[in-house]
Amino acid sequence: MSSVAQKKGFGAQVWDFLTTVDHKKIAILYLASGTLFFAIAGFEAILMRIQLMVPNNDFMSAGLFNELLTMHGTTMLFLAATPIIFGFMNAIVPLQIGARDVAFPFLNSLGFWMFFFGAVFLHLSFFLGGAPDAGWTSYASLSLYSPGHGIDFYVLGLQISGAGTLISGLNFIVTIITMRAPGMTYMRMPLFTWTTLVSSSLILFAFPPLTVGLFLMLVDRMFGANFFDHTMGGNTIVWEHLFWIFGHPEVYILVLPAFGLFSEIIPVFARKRLFGYSSMVFATILIGFLGFMVWAHHMFTTGMGATANAIFAVATMAIAVPTGMKVFNWILTIWGGSIKVTVPMLYALAFIPSFVAGGVTGVMQATAPLDYQLHDSYFIVAHFHYVIVGGIVTALFGSAHFYWPIIFNRALSEKLGVLTFWVFFIGFHLTFFLQHFLGLMGMPRRVFTYMADQGWDAFNMISTIGAIMMGVGVVLLVINVLLSIKSPPVNRRDYWGDGRSLEWALETPLPFYNFKQTPLVRGFDPYWIEKEEGNEEGMVYAEPLGDIHMPNNSIIPLGMTIGTFIAAFGALYSPWGDQAIAGTADSLSKAGSLTLLIGGLGITVACMIIRSVKDDLGYHVTKAEVEQTERALAEFRAKGGKR
Amino acid sequence: MDINQKFTPQNWPKHAETATQEGKNKFVGLWIFLASDTVLFASVFATYLALKDQGPVGMEFAAKDLYELPLAFAMTMLLLFSSLTSVYAMYHMKNYNFKGVQTWMAVTVLLGFGFLCLEIYEFNHYVHIGFGYTQSAYSSAFFTLVGTHGLHVVIGLVWISALIIRNAKRGLNLYNAPKYFMASLYWHFIDVVWVFIFTVVYLMGVLG
Amino acid sequence: MAHDTSFETRSHVQHEYDREQNAKYMKNQVTQFAIMIFLTLVAFAMTAAGYAPNFIRPLVLLLAGVQVVQQLYSFMHMEDKTAPHIGIVQFFIWSGALIAFTFFVAFTTIIWW
Repeated sequence: MSSVAQKKGFGAQVWDFLTTVDHKKIAILYLASGTLFFAIAGFEAILMRIQLMVPNNDFMSAGLFNELLTMHGTTMLFLAATPIIFGFMNAIVPLQIGARDVAFPFLNSLGFWMFFFGAVFLHLSFFLGGAPDAGWTSYASLSLYSPGHGIDFYVLGLQISGAGTLISGLNFIVTIITMRAPGMTYMRMPLFTWTTLVSSSLILFAFPPLTVGLFLMLVDRMFGANFFDHTMGGNTIVWEHLFWIFGHPEVYILVLPAFGLFSEIIPVFARKRLFGYSSMVFATILIGFLGFMVWAHHMFTTGMGATANAIFAVATMAIAVPTGMKVFNWILTIWGGSIKVTVPMLYALAFIPSFVAGGVTGVMQATAPLDYQLHDSYFIVAHFHYVIVGGIVTALFGSAHFYWPIIFNRALSEKLGVLTFWVFFIGFHLTFFLQHFLGLMGMPRRVFTYMADQGWDAFNMISTIGAIMMGVGVVLLVINVLLSIKSPPVNRRDYWGDGRSLEWALETPLPFYNFKQTPLVRGFDPYWIEKEEGNEEGMVYAEPLGDIHMPNNSIIPLGMTIGTFIAAFGALYSPWGDQAIAGTADSLSKAGSLTLLIGGLGITVACMIIRSVKDDLGYHVTKAEVEQTERALAEFRAKGGKR
Repeated sequence: MDINQKFTPQNWPKHAETATQEGKNKFVGLWIFLASDTVLFASVFATYLALKDQGPVGMEFAAKDLYELPLAFAMTMLLLFSSLTSVYAMYHMKNYNFKGVQTWMAVTVLLGFGFLCLEIYEFNHYVHIGFGYTQSAYSSAFFTLVGTHGLHVVIGLVWISALIIRNAKRGLNLYNAPKYFMASLYWHFIDVVWVFIFTVVYLMGVLG
Repeated sequence: MAHDTSFETRSHVQHEYDREQNAKYMKNQVTQFAIMIFLTLVAFAMTAAGYAPNFIRPLVLLLAGVQVVQQLYSFMHMEDKTAPHIGIVQFFIWSGALIAFTFFVAFTTIIWW
């Protein structure tokens, strides 16, 4: 069974990834597909910036600009940032809590495939009659009347990938609750595990409203329901509420794990214990909780009334308090540390001021009267890019360097990493800093062009140059990744030399069962404790060497997903939709549409029943096999990691 | 766990549903899912409340005259009793009485099926008097809310039936005990949601 | 994962005692159920009787709340302190309920025509 000892053929490798339930392989799938969609969405952004480079540009049509704008936002949030974060969660969290796999390995695989096929479905829109064009918020008043199938792709694609995200989130919650190694109490969990727990809880509560909202949009557009059509008694504000009840926590879903990643990086390179651990945990939970009570600050200008505006404004400002606690804790961790400025640390150091800038502009917008000024201007664009690029993307790039040795047993080049960092970081500030002022000067967001001589020309030009620099930065990172394939394997534990939590105690490449014996955790920063006490093995064990129980691989998740994928086409080409009846969107016959719908869902249900009827007990790796695998791995490492 | 391990009532664990790690995972997982489902239903409920009685100008349907309390009462009783029968099934599981589990679970399915028939009758009736899904915002919201609950009932029925059939020859063991327990938890949750539906939709609807 | 399951064979006396406890517990469940049926009857009867709606509405909601707590704690065993991780389960369920409550408040107050 050893994954190292024998080399597999290409077909076997592909089959292995299609059926895998191993959290380490699913992590790689998430990272790879997330990077793909990140690249696509980044390319869309650069195209948009080229269009806005000079006034009255005719590089692209207004319609295409709207499509790119929508797809850029949607892809970046749902299909790039989320999966890359899930990639790190999958790769690291089970190792940090001392588990051999997640609680529901089958669901883990299902979650990935749902996400992936949803994403593919959404991107098929480019080839099947036009992408969605109503913004990533897809406000009903606009999207109901969008001709063609663009919005339908948005609704169905997000419905499928959202279900995947919900499943994965649930899986992580249960994993962290039930699968912790002995001694790993809640208040000994590393911060990345904590933020994973809280952000998964946010997924758990935030995705159902999105599911409902998307479903209402689906039946409104494709089956003639009337939730948002005001002539039939509907109300588009219902969509706005449902969307933002999801949409605001979504920001925290993404940024909390980023906080967690930085809370792992900073202590390692400051070579100091994380300052204020318990206040960090408390702040994480508080941010998660408050994140649910503030959604309507996106809707100050819809006319909710002064009372509602005031309540949501105050609640929003309150979030600055726990966030501020975190920022001070990071600074105090660095303070007086023996700092080693590596690439991950560079990203962490850059993150703090950039993110604080994004936070401060957030508090400005929380002030409801001021928001009437700032609403739908480039100020908003600048704000949320400061939060998302300055907070989340820096975390993802930094942790890519940080965790690469654990995930791939290779290291990314430091030199190229430093270059990437500066190109990207300078590009980022060039792009978005000036957009604050563009917004204050009155440039509205989501416009495809603008008139000359309003004082916007120079700033837009600089912004575009910055965007191209960011693009170059990403290309450099990809080159770094490609180069790392040929670089010498790491083949040891604790690549950075100052690892603190359990994942660094493991020697890479990891065996497929992670821990040959379940570790016993004796305190916060368990690996650090063992190192202090001179324990060569890096951990003490809670059990003798014995048989290991592991889950079976399964192709069923892929089958279930393909079923929903087929059914989505049935809904998409429904002849009952308003657009289909008006003749502005092509449709199938009633029988054709129903066949696809029922057939697709039938495949999914059949897969579920097969899954339910079969006894799936997993298998046991015997003690002898474990010993043999360990020997093979040791030999492999001794030979320098070459076959 | 060993699936072939044979039990007697005397060495059957007290909490068979959570005796294994898999059972514990499922237990926590299902509860967490129910928390999520609560929010899902809350979203549909809230939408219904916002759109209740809203329709095109001059719509003749209003909640006050639409709902029939006797039918809602019958449905409520069916679902409440099915909740009790699944409690009986779990009681027999504790005593390692597999026949008892199967019988009471089957009764639960029958009662649930009865509920479903009444619901289909009700929907059919509304469509016949012109209150179809596309008639107004109100009708869309009503059918979506009650239909989402109905869909949960269908899933529960398929789930429990599949369990009864798949385990008919296998008997009770530590692998399928959690499955029965989780199905019964889920069934109770359907009942919890129905309590809100008959209160908020039917009773408050009749009150106007 | 397999090795953490241990089986003890109970003595005959213990077994009889456990059975009796189970039966007692079941009796308690049936009592709870009777109360639930009664509350449902009251709710329907009050509505059908046609008292002033503003008086009945809060009462009916209150009865529903009581029934839900009964279902959760009695039928779904949320009161069972020995169940694994039940504390965190309760936390999640009530968080969900709180979030659900904010939806109700928001959708009935700040959505209008």
